[in-house]
Amino acid sequence: MSTYMTGDIVAASCRGHPVEGIYITDRDGMAVLKLKSGYNIGVDEETCTLVRRAGEQPAPAVPAVVQDERLPELAIISTGGTIASKIDYRTGAVTSQFTADDILRAVPGLTTVARYRAEVLATILSENMTPSTWQALARAAHAAIRDGAEGVIVTHGTDTMAYSASALSFMLDTPAPVVFVGSQRSADRPSSDNVMNAMCAAAAARSDLGEVAVAMHATTNDDTCTVHRGTRVRKMHTSRRDAFQSHEMAPIATVAYPSLAVDLSPEAVRRGSAEPALRADLEERCGLLYFYPGMPEEAVRVYEDFKGLVIAGTGLGHVRSACIGALREMVDAGTTVVMTSQCLHGRVCDRVYDTGRDLLAAGVVEGEDMLPETALTKLMWVLGNVDDAEEARRLMATDLKGEIRRRSDYGF
Amino acid sequence: MDFKALGLMAGIEIHQQLDTKEKLFCHCPTTLRETEEHTGEFFRYLHATVSEMGEVDRAAAEEMMNRRQFCYFAYDTTCLVENDEEPPAPMNPEALAIALQVAKTFAMHPVEQVHTMRKLVIDGSNTSGFQRTAMVAMGGVLPGDGEVETICLEEEAAQRVEGSTFSLDRLGIPLVEITTSPCMHTPEAVQETARYIGMVLRSTGRVKRGLGTIRQDVNISIKDGARVEIKGVQELDLIAEVVRREVTRQVTLLSIRDELRARNASVGEETHDVTALFAGTKSSILKRAKSILAVVLPGFAGLVGREVQPGRRFGTEISDYVKKCGLGGIFHTDELPAYGVTADEVAMLRAHLGAADEDAIILISGSKEKAACGAKQVRHRARLAFEGVPEETRKMLEGGNTAYMRPLPGAARMYPETDVLPVTITEERWAAVEVPELLADLARRMEDELGLDPAVARQAAYSEHLPLFRAAVQAGIKPNLAARTVLATLKELSRDGVAVENVADQDVLAILTAVEAGEVAKEVIPELLTEVAEGKTAAAAVAEHAGGVSAEELAAIVAKIVAERIEFVRDKQMHALGPLMGVVMEEVRGKVDGKKVSEALRIEISRVI
Repeated sequence: MSTYMTGDIVAASCRGHPVEGIYITDRDGMAVLKLKSGYNIGVDEETCTLVRRAGEQPAPAVPAVVQDERLPELAIISTGGTIASKIDYRTGAVTSQFTADDILRAVPGLTTVARYRAEVLATILSENMTPSTWQALARAAHAAIRDGAEGVIVTHGTDTMAYSASALSFMLDTPAPVVFVGSQRSADRPSSDNVMNAMCAAAAARSDLGEVAVAMHATTNDDTCTVHRGTRVRKMHTSRRDAFQSHEMAPIATVAYPSLAVDLSPEAVRRGSAEPALRADLEERCGLLYFYPGMPEEAVRVYEDFKGLVIAGTGLGHVRSACIGALREMVDAGTTVVMTSQCLHGRVCDRVYDTGRDLLAAGVVEGEDMLPETALTKLMWVLGNVDDAEEARRLMATDLKGEIRRRSDYGF
Repeated sequence: MDFKALGLMAGIEIHQQLDTKEKLFCHCPTTLRETEEHTGEFFRYLHATVSEMGEVDRAAAEEMMNRRQFCYFAYDTTCLVENDEEPPAPMNPEALAIALQVAKTFAMHPVEQVHTMRKLVIDGSNTSGFQRTAMVAMGGVLPGDGEVETICLEEEAAQRVEGSTFSLDRLGIPLVEITTSPCMHTPEAVQETARYIGMVLRSTGRVKRGLGTIRQDVNISIKDGARVEIKGVQELDLIAEVVRREVTRQVTLLSIRDELRARNASVGEETHDVTALFAGTKSSILKRAKSILAVVLPGFAGLVGREVQPGRRFGTEISDYVKKCGLGGIFHTDELPAYGVTADEVAMLRAHLGAADEDAIILISGSKEKAACGAKQVRHRARLAFEGVPEETRKMLEGGNTAYMRPLPGAARMYPETDVLPVTITEERWAAVEVPELLADLARRMEDELGLDPAVARQAAYSEHLPLFRAAVQAGIKPNLAARTVLATLKELSRDGVAVENVADQDVLAILTAVEAGEVAKEVIPELLTEVAEGKTAAAAVAEHAGGVSAEELAAIVAKIVAERIEFVRDKQMHALGPLMGVVMEEVRGKVDGKKVSEALRIEISRVI
């Protein structure tokens, strides 16, 4: 532990050169000082002497968020992630610390689109999400809509945003839009995509849309956001602004920036098409297995005690013959096994090759053209809501929220 | 001007691009491109963000007055890091090594742990809205009693193509920023220091050469004045003039301040809409304007038109502030009637606003929004006149004048780049850094060791072709021949339109070696280089011109030529040698060294006369 506190003024020697600065933190055994020029440097803490203790820091003045009462009301549910992130200057890491009100302060333009009620559900990075967070999120969104919000914006880390959006798609029947939004570049940089994404998400949330969706940059330009169906969206790039892509269908809407004009596709579910309903039960003992050539049978057996298993198989939906026995035993013992494809694009068909037929004979359900992650959240939801194994198999092969398409269109 | 009496304090920041293989925070090459080669473009907005200390930087806040859309050109030599779409790679160790070498040359103290920072710059020149920069060393010495305060390793900004369009090829090229203390007190001292630092940088042999690869920022203040930073002085020889003109500006602004105070002048709080007043104007600018606003400056008459730099008035300084609102400029009563505004209109304006003769009126015209912004800026700049010299960042204009860019940024614009881990400079690493021989010392040494003329030695040492010159001498080429070819011939050929960039160093060496071995005459070097530039191999070019003329053959050729001009030779005697040289050289087409030709001619002429 350092003897200094953040904000202390200390004098030190940098290889014999005298320096003075504000003590920031300890990093790799060195004292990090902020010099008057604004530069940080690391110096040997042994050479530091205290000049002045940090005074009481006046809390920075926080401007009040003024809302326009004449505008429709939206709910912002904040879960953390890059869009709501702030640098922790002590550890140097980016952490989620923002409240929803902070988002309104960071994106002042939001208050010209709607007025907001805000709720901080979590402040976590998205890899720390669990199915119970999805459940809390579904309840919060449902409550907001039931209480009269015209739409819901969920701020979320982008890494697992597609899982959350698909999970909510199944848990929630909604007459109003529930729009997930995130940002790929942190909010503390002038180039952050948070401003445009948040503005477009707000526009989508007060539009005529009536389903769970994800709104993010359409291209690398700051000109358009695309709105993707929650069960059909995937993060396809680690860092680009336009990482989110709709799979096997066109996006359900676009939002122009800065005009915020929303253009819904004919396929988009319209506002008011459903009564609000919440079925938030999930069977968490479900897994997702990515098959690879040579995968040993034991790898499959890891999931023996699971209630459900989604496999991302090869091509039309295959695993090697050596794994099929284990899958058969699992199905016989009551595990629902669903086959999807690593190809992501296209439909599973286990009736073409022998191994596929063996898989069908073993009781594996064809996952049609579902994305593997969507199949997982769906399986959790189905097994959380249905006791009968046959009914579960039927539902997995049935389109519930746009996750399965009967026809494979040409052109996507 | 007595600069010392005026209390001139000046310091410089030198930005020098480093000649590394890759950029500072990505693995792209440091290649500059032609803008028409761009393979993609995209556009973005930037937003001012709150700093680490909870403030918005004042310079950043001013840039935000106009939300601008920036367009960027991308190339097959740029990547997602330049696009601000991928986190940066670790700091380029090659660039850090060069920075450390420079630091050691100035006898500086290296930072033990180097932290990369983000310096907020939202004028569009960085896609991220900040420039990555890291302090590497502190406290160095300069000849005399000068001091190098710091050396920082920074990424170069994107180059402006025009307006709000930038080219990403330059973004991320490593550069060192060397900052001196305000230790200079005359314009000449500033220029000399810049020259010295430039020489030290080139001594590493690891810096980029050519226009735009080195830029100087000059910090200037005088007693009672204020610190002003002048950005981007590219020509070394202009630095002293820039300093002189800035001192003149500050002295004049201080005299304006004193006079304003003596006159008890003030700044009118009200902005007057005078659009209707100019309904019938003949002024094309005012006729076009949706809105014409006026600000009265009581007691300012005569001062707005006072010259602060050659051709620039205090009114120009106000105009520079107004341009921040996207307007072209202002009209003021010290210069009216002019620009189509009549004396009657001025009188009417004065009467309408109740302005006295000793008051100045500023007119701002444009769209409603921009004009309102402009009027605010006019009052802001006029108020600053009572304090004298505002702290500013200014840009260079042609000839050494400067114009307002933005307020001086504060430390609030600096916060840590958390995506780049700190780098520790160990004692071992620092000890292993080698100090290069200074070019000034090298020139003296070459003079002594190679017997070169002082001017040639200096030219060789400072030339960007020094490595080639050294290689040639190393290969046994006579220093003067090497110097002549490398420093002069190549340049002359280039001036004559020969594509000397196609000639590799090995080609030059091969040609010089052939000359040294007597295979070809040195007179044919320009021809050989031209042929190589046009695509021939050096070996083929040499073979074509080599050999074929033995001493006997030469004697026969000379005898024939002399015989043909026997009357001329008898008439001119030994003076015929000069004119006949050219004729023989033409005949042997550079296959024989001039000295041998001259000798053969001398023998033959003496024989016949």
